[in-house]
Amino acid sequence: MRINPRFKRSSQLAVASFAISSMVASGLVAQTMEEKGFEVAARSDRSDRGFGDSRADLTMILRNAAGKESKRTLAIHTLEVADESVGDKSLVIFDSPADIDGTALLSHAKILDPDDQWLYLPALKRVKRISSVNKSGPFVGSEFAFEDFTALELNKFDYKYLRAEACDDLQCDVVERVPRYEHSGYSRQVAWIDQTDFQIRRVDFYDRRGDLIKTLTLGEYRSYEGGYWRTHRMEMVNHQTKKSTDLLYGDYTFATGLSDDDFVKNALLRIR
Amino acid sequence: MISSRTRSSGSDRQATGTPRPAHGPWLAQGQRLIVSSVLGWALGALGLGALGLGADAARAGELDWSGSIELELRSFLSDPAFPDQLRGGQGSVVLAPELGFKTEDRRHQFRLVPYLRLDGRDDERSHFDLRQAYWRYVGDGWEILAGLERVFWGVAESRHLVDIINQTDSVEDVDEEDKLGQPMIALSTSRSWGTLALYVMPVFRERTFSGRDGRLRTPLVVDTDDAQYESSAEDSRVDLALRWSHFLGDWDVGVSYFYGTGREPRLVPAATGDRLLPFYDVIQQIGVDVQYTRGAWLWKLEALAREGQGRTFGAAVAGFEYTLYQVKAAADLGLLAEYLWDDRDDFAPPTAFEDDLFLGARLALNDTQDTTVLAGGVVDLDERSWAVLIEAERRLTDHFTIEVESRLFLDVSEEDLLAAFAADDFAVVRLAYHF
Repeated sequence: MRINPRFKRSSQLAVASFAISSMVASGLVAQTMEEKGFEVAARSDRSDRGFGDSRADLTMILRNAAGKESKRTLAIHTLEVADESVGDKSLVIFDSPADIDGTALLSHAKILDPDDQWLYLPALKRVKRISSVNKSGPFVGSEFAFEDFTALELNKFDYKYLRAEACDDLQCDVVERVPRYEHSGYSRQVAWIDQTDFQIRRVDFYDRRGDLIKTLTLGEYRSYEGGYWRTHRMEMVNHQTKKSTDLLYGDYTFATGLSDDDFVKNALLRIR
Repeated sequence: MISSRTRSSGSDRQATGTPRPAHGPWLAQGQRLIVSSVLGWALGALGLGALGLGADAARAGELDWSGSIELELRSFLSDPAFPDQLRGGQGSVVLAPELGFKTEDRRHQFRLVPYLRLDGRDDERSHFDLRQAYWRYVGDGWEILAGLERVFWGVAESRHLVDIINQTDSVEDVDEEDKLGQPMIALSTSRSWGTLALYVMPVFRERTFSGRDGRLRTPLVVDTDDAQYESSAEDSRVDLALRWSHFLGDWDVGVSYFYGTGREPRLVPAATGDRLLPFYDVIQQIGVDVQYTRGAWLWKLEALAREGQGRTFGAAVAGFEYTLYQVKAAADLGLLAEYLWDDRDDFAPPTAFEDDLFLGARLALNDTQDTTVLAGGVVDLDERSWAVLIEAERRLTDHFTIEVESRLFLDVSEEDLLAAFAADDFAVVRLAYHF
């Protein structure tokens, strides 16, 4: 699991997609909707390559159907892994509510296989390897499922281009993506990706029965040094339960000196 | 049975029954802990100084302050089995602040976690400890820690078999999960082949036991003021431990070695016949813990071989944890089963887990209050006695949590180690404020 607003990840097919787009440009082959969908997703994904490592604090606001709010604060450390056949490494450290202060989750993301995950329980000083097949379960009682946070590596989905349409002030490509990994709670997702900065602006999630279950809106994008875009506000609304969860990100810092040493099991013991 | 090795460590000890100086034992112990932690921090300060940091680093560092205050009400459901034991309710208060400091580069870390329980009914349960009080320096791929720390090893749920660094704070609860801070110097390195850690432990911590007034005790009171040691250095023997741990794909593996004063005491009748004395042997132990994580299954094994307490013996816990995700709405149901085996003879500290089966279920509602319910029981396959646990916890507000727990000892045969607890079924409520 990775709580990351970059709703996209670099992957090995970037080169292939570049080749496809070159061929399309030179008119050698007709492009299918699947190829075009992949190309749009890959372009968005590619815009984030080379960020290295980052840290961010975030506030999570959980709202029930009656509008009653509860709040959590956490920190996220991310390490980009150069090897594209595996995903990034991440560390989520809880700060509040106070009773879970210091609880942490270490993830080594994979592309199609379940991630490697360890939970750190500070009361016992215990590091416990946990199952990561619970993709569709709620993350800490929120409207975000574990899989919504998982680094959305490009190759975790099959794509199909749907249409282009206006999204707020921007023009967006609308792409359907179908999870290729096991245990997903979704039959498909529809993503709106703008044509200016290539960032994801909205995602509709459809449950296994094919009904619309949730909508995610991503806003307050800012470009950091190096041209890396980050959203600072994600709002997930569950249409079936009427509950919602907002993620409000603080400033990101990049090149913070994080290394592989900070993403090993033993590193969990020195969080606090 | 230990006559030749038993030495009295103090001829002026009071016989049980005469009043002890109020809170004397834990103050003396507290002083030793403070000395240990101050030494750890002094090393830290030296480290800072040697690296030319000091004041600048301190100014730019990160201070972290948290902790909890807990009210506990424990209620025993039956009349006590032994004279002088309290009946009915037992209230106590726990104060557990946590203070941490890291230098800006996060290389130096200081941590202080004092722990104080004041119990209304049992003086021996009122105690002070330093759960953590250390300085740690994090190098590139290695780290060193000096001071008091809690170290956990293992994978099983019903019994923490290979976990040996820290002494059990057994007046807290009977689950052996509460531990005293262990003075140590620990050096570890994490490499591509795993993590290797060396622990040098210059001070031994004695196990805590309920006092005369307390429930959940042996028929004769354990006199913690008169502990006996095999080592002539008594509680100042330098103990050593080594552990390698790693993960390869779906496997997490740890191998550990311990050489020092064993944390489990034998309980030996005093010559006066009116109390038990804890006797601590020097042991060597090799432990292994393995977890295989596949899909919704966690397969677990902990095993050890120990020399120095009676005949060399083996012990193991093996089992699984299987989770049914979203069994009802967002709720997850975990099913646990573990088999416990222990081969020790009568010259070793007694265990309740010689041939036992643990069955349990954990329900996590995954709501915003993190409501969880755990129910489980250990059945002795020879004696058929049951030790049952039911536990539920929930967050009430951003700062308050509540926990309800009950332990029942059912059909306990007189042969069983748990026989002493047979009348001590209890229910407990804990209300905690976290800051």
